[in-house]
Amino acid sequence: MSILGTRVVRTEDPLFLTRGATYTDDLVDDRLTGALHATFVRSQVAHGRLLSVDTSAALEAPGVVAVVTAADLSDLVPLPPPFPFINQEMTRPWLASDRVRFVGDPIAVVLTEERYQGEDAAELVAVDIDPLPAVVSTADAARDEVLLFPEAGTNVMASFGEPAPADFFDGCEVVVTQALVNQRVAPVPLESRAAAASWGADGRVTVWCTNQGAQQARGQLGDWLKMDPDLIHLITPDVGGGFGAKIGADPEYAFVAWLAKHVGRPVRWAESRSENLVGMLHGRGQDQVVTIGGRRDGTVEAYSLVFDQDCGAYPRIGAVLPTLTMLMAPGVYGFPKVHSQGRALATTTTSIGAYRGAGRPEATAAVERAIDLFAAEIGMDPADVRRKNLLPAFHEPHTTPMGATYDNGDYTVALDKALDAAGYADLRAEQARRREAGDARQLGIGLSVYVEITGADNGAGTKEAAELEVHPDGTATVLTGTSPHGQGHATAWAMIASDQLGIPVEKITVVHGDTDRVPEGGGTMGSRSLQQGGAAVHQAAGELIELARRRAAEKLEANPEDLVVDLGMAGLAVRGTPGVGVTFAELAADDRLLVNTVFNANAPTFPFGAHVAVVELDVESGKAQVVRMVTVDDAGTIVNPLLAEGQRHGGIAQGVAQALLEEVLYDEDGNPTTSTLADYPFISATELPSFELVEMSTPTPMNPLGAKGIGEAGTIGSTPAVQNAVIDAAAHLGVRHVDMPATPMRVWRAIRQAGHNASQEGN
Amino acid sequence: MIPSPFEYVKVRSVDEALAALTEHGEDAKLLAGGHSLLPIMKLRLAIPTVLIDISGISDLSYVRVDGDGPDAMVAIGAGTRHFELERDDVARTEVPLLPHVAGRVGDPQVRHRGTIGGTTAHSDPASDLPTALLALGGTVVLQGPGGRREVPVTEFWTGFFETAMSPDEMVVELRVPRTGSIGWGYEKFTRRENDWPIVAAAAVDGRVALANMAGSVVRATATEEALARGASIAEAAELADQGTSPGADMHADQEYRRHLARLLTRRALETAAGV
Repeated sequence: MSILGTRVVRTEDPLFLTRGATYTDDLVDDRLTGALHATFVRSQVAHGRLLSVDTSAALEAPGVVAVVTAADLSDLVPLPPPFPFINQEMTRPWLASDRVRFVGDPIAVVLTEERYQGEDAAELVAVDIDPLPAVVSTADAARDEVLLFPEAGTNVMASFGEPAPADFFDGCEVVVTQALVNQRVAPVPLESRAAAASWGADGRVTVWCTNQGAQQARGQLGDWLKMDPDLIHLITPDVGGGFGAKIGADPEYAFVAWLAKHVGRPVRWAESRSENLVGMLHGRGQDQVVTIGGRRDGTVEAYSLVFDQDCGAYPRIGAVLPTLTMLMAPGVYGFPKVHSQGRALATTTTSIGAYRGAGRPEATAAVERAIDLFAAEIGMDPADVRRKNLLPAFHEPHTTPMGATYDNGDYTVALDKALDAAGYADLRAEQARRREAGDARQLGIGLSVYVEITGADNGAGTKEAAELEVHPDGTATVLTGTSPHGQGHATAWAMIASDQLGIPVEKITVVHGDTDRVPEGGGTMGSRSLQQGGAAVHQAAGELIELARRRAAEKLEANPEDLVVDLGMAGLAVRGTPGVGVTFAELAADDRLLVNTVFNANAPTFPFGAHVAVVELDVESGKAQVVRMVTVDDAGTIVNPLLAEGQRHGGIAQGVAQALLEEVLYDEDGNPTTSTLADYPFISATELPSFELVEMSTPTPMNPLGAKGIGEAGTIGSTPAVQNAVIDAAAHLGVRHVDMPATPMRVWRAIRQAGHNASQEGN
Repeated sequence: MIPSPFEYVKVRSVDEALAALTEHGEDAKLLAGGHSLLPIMKLRLAIPTVLIDISGISDLSYVRVDGDGPDAMVAIGAGTRHFELERDDVARTEVPLLPHVAGRVGDPQVRHRGTIGGTTAHSDPASDLPTALLALGGTVVLQGPGGRREVPVTEFWTGFFETAMSPDEMVVELRVPRTGSIGWGYEKFTRRENDWPIVAAAAVDGRVALANMAGSVVRATATEEALARGASIAEAAELADQGTSPGADMHADQEYRRHLARLLTRRALETAAGV
C-alpha cells in the first residue's frame, strides 16, 4: 500500500515541540558575533513634509554606534514599483527624505550595541514634520485632491479593465446593486519580521531573514542593492507563519544588509508587534460594487464587479491583486455575461500585499454576496439559486468569460455534499421554528461555493526545482525550492520520495531556504508548493530510479528493462529472480546517486468547494457566534490528509476572523487605531466550533500527483459563508446586507435600521 | 515594546512595600500580576522609574469569613489571584458572584497572574472584578504609613485609572457582604472571550454595577431605585444607562453602549431572579 494518502505525523514537530524552532531572531552564529541592533525611527504622522531630522541627542545616548538618515544614503536609489504597469513615479525611498506617506514610514535607523538601547535612543531622534491631509480611503484617493506622489499627478497606481457597456443589464427582470467592503486586515504571523546580515572578506554578504522563498528574496535584494545575486547568500531559518505577507523580501531586509556594510559590523533587526502591525504588509482592502441581473426564476444573466484596491502608500503586491480578483470574478457560475474592472490606489496607510487568498477571496466574497442578494430579491432559497447557476460538471478545461481556464470541477456535487452533511433542510426547519417563536437567538445559515486559482505564475513561472540524493548509508536528501513555514513539506516531500524509492520517511531529510544549497526556487505562496514542488520531488524520484537502473544494469549485468523497483529493499531487483538486486544505497557507495530536476506544471489548477456556516445570532445585541462550519474542499489528490486538514482548519479560522472580527482601522488623520493586539482582534479557538470537514477529491491532470492547492481554500470559502450566515439570521427582520467584519454593533444597527424602514413603509 | 529603564525592588511584606513606596514616591508602581501594568509599560504609556514587586508577599492571599451572623463579611486578601478566587470553596459558598466573575477575566494566563488587589487598584473601568465588587458593596482595605483604613467600594473608584487611594498606600484586602444563596447575575459582553468587556453588568440583591459605562465602574442607580419602588425587571433595566457617560471606541459608540447596558442589566437581573 502506498504511503501517499495516509496520515503520516509531521516529522518536523518533535524538534519544534522540544528544542523549539530557530527563528531569525534566535540565531546564534559566529558570523553574527558583535552584531549591532537596528531600531527604525518611523513616522508618527500619516502624511507630511519632512522638515528636519535631528540625530544629535540620539548619538549621545548609551550604546549608540550610528544613526542613519536619508542624508547618508547617497549610494542607494529609491525602490522602483514592483510591476511595469504601475505609475513609475511611485518610488519608495529607503528612508524618508522630504515626505512621509504613512504612519510607520521609516525615517531613520539607530544602531546600538544592545537592542534595548535602541528604543531609548530612537525616542531621542527629533523629527519635524509639516502635516499634509491624510488620504485614508480609496474614495479620498480617487478624488486626486491630495496626492501622495505629486510628480505622478494622480493617486491611481494602475487601472485594469473597462467600464461595462451601458446596455449590460438590459433585458434583466431583476437587477440588484450593492456596495461591499472587503476590509483591510493584518496578517499577524506569530513571528514578526526579522533579518540579520554579515559581510565576509570575500565581498559576499550572508543575509538571514524570515520569508516565504529565499531565492526570490535574494533576487529582490540584488535588484534593490544593485548587487550580483551570486554575492548574496540568503538563508531562511525557521519561519513562524507568513500568510503571504512574507513573500519575497521587505525593504528593511535589504537595508539591514546595507547597514552592515555601512558600519562594517554585522547588523540584526527584529521588529516588535507594534512595529509589525504598521510595518508589515496588510491584506485585502477592496471597496467593491456588485451588480447582478437575471430572471425571477433564479437565472443570472449578467454580473459585474467594479472595485478599488487600496494599495497603501507604496506599491507592493497589492497593486497586482485586482487582476486576480477580476480573473476569478464569476467564480463557479456559468453567467453568460461577466464584467469586471478594478483600480489600484495609493493611500497614506501601510502598503497592501498578499494575504491568504490574495485577490481570490475578494472575488468569491463579492459573487457569493451577490448571489444571496439576488436570491433575497426574488424570494428564492440561496441554495437553489446557486444550483441553477453553477457551471455543470466538466472534465476538460473550461475557459470563463474572464479568461481563466479551469482544469476540472464538479461544483454541484460539492454543494450537495456540503448541504447533505450540514442537514440543510433540518437547519432551515429549526430556523423557521426560532423565527416563529421570536427567540432572541436566531439561526443563520450561510453558503458559499468557490473555485480558486492555485499555482499561478508568480513571476517565476509555474515550475519548481528539486534535487534528490541517496547516500551510501541508506538515507536520502531532498533539496527543494519551496519554503515551508508551517505547511509540513519536510513530511510530505519525504513521503513522495519514499513512495517511489522505499526509503523510510524518517531517513529522508528535506532541505530548503539556503540559496547556496538551493539556488533556484519559487518559494511557497499561492498554494503552489505540492503541485509544483511536490511534483518536482516526484519527478526527481522517477529520474533517480532511471539513473539507478542504468547503473544497476551494469553492476548486475542485467537488462535494464528487467530491473524493477523493490520498495522493501529500497533498491532495484531483477524481475522474476528473487534475491538478486542492488539497493540504492549500494549504488550510491559506488558513485553519487543524485539527480537535479525542474518540474514545469505549465498551468495553474483550480481547487473548489462549498462551505456551510451556521451561526447563532443574538438579535438583541447583534452578536453572532459560529456554531457549525461544514466544508467541502476539493484539492484533488491528497498526499497527507493530516496536513491538508491542518491547512483547511487554519484557513477556515482566518476566514471566520475576517467575517466577524478583524479589521485594520485608521482615524481620519491616518493614525492607525489597531496597532496593538489589544485592539486588533485576531481569532482564537474559543470563538470557533469544531470544523466538520467533508471529503471530495477530483484529481487534476496538470501534475502527476493529481494535486491542487489547499493552503488558501479554507479562507476563500469560509469568509462569505459566515458573512452570509449572519445576514441570513436577521433576514426575517429585513436585513439584506452587513459589511465585514459583522461586528455586534454593525449587526444591531442593521437590524434596527431595517425595523425603522419596515415601520415607515407600514405608515 | 521595550519599557523605559526602571529599577526593580522585590519586597516580602506589606511593611517593606510601604517603606519602598514612601522612599520612591510617586514614580514608583506596585507590581502584582503585571498583566495590566507591563503591557502599558512596554507601550511606554506608563513610565514608572521604580517597580516594587509585591507578588512575593505570601500572607496577602486568602479568602475567609470574618465575623458571625448577618454582619459577617468575606475578606479576600489583595494578593489572591483570579485563579485562586475562582476555585475557592469559601468564596463559592459565601459570595458566588465573585469566583464566577474571576473565572471570566481575560484568559488562563491572566487569571494565574492577576490579583484582585491589582485590578482594584488599577481602576480600569472595563474590569470584571471591580464591577462585581461594586455590585456586592463592601469596602476596600488600604494600608499606608498612617495605618489601615477602609473605603466603601462606592467611593473607591473615582475615575479613569483613578482611585481614592494615596500614592503611599496599597490595597491589602477586599471585604464584601456574604450573599450565600441570594441570586446573582453577571453579563459580560465581548467580541472574543478573552477581551475586556465592551459593557458588563453585575446584579445581586437589588444592586447593579456596570463596567465601561463611565470613567470608572459605576452603579446603575436609576435601575436600583426603580427596583426598590417595585418596578419590573424590564422597566428597571430600561433605566440602566441613566447617569452614565460611556465612551466610544471601535467596538461600540455611545448609543450602542447605552443599549448594551440596558440589555445586559435586564439579562443579569433576570438571571439573578431565576427568570
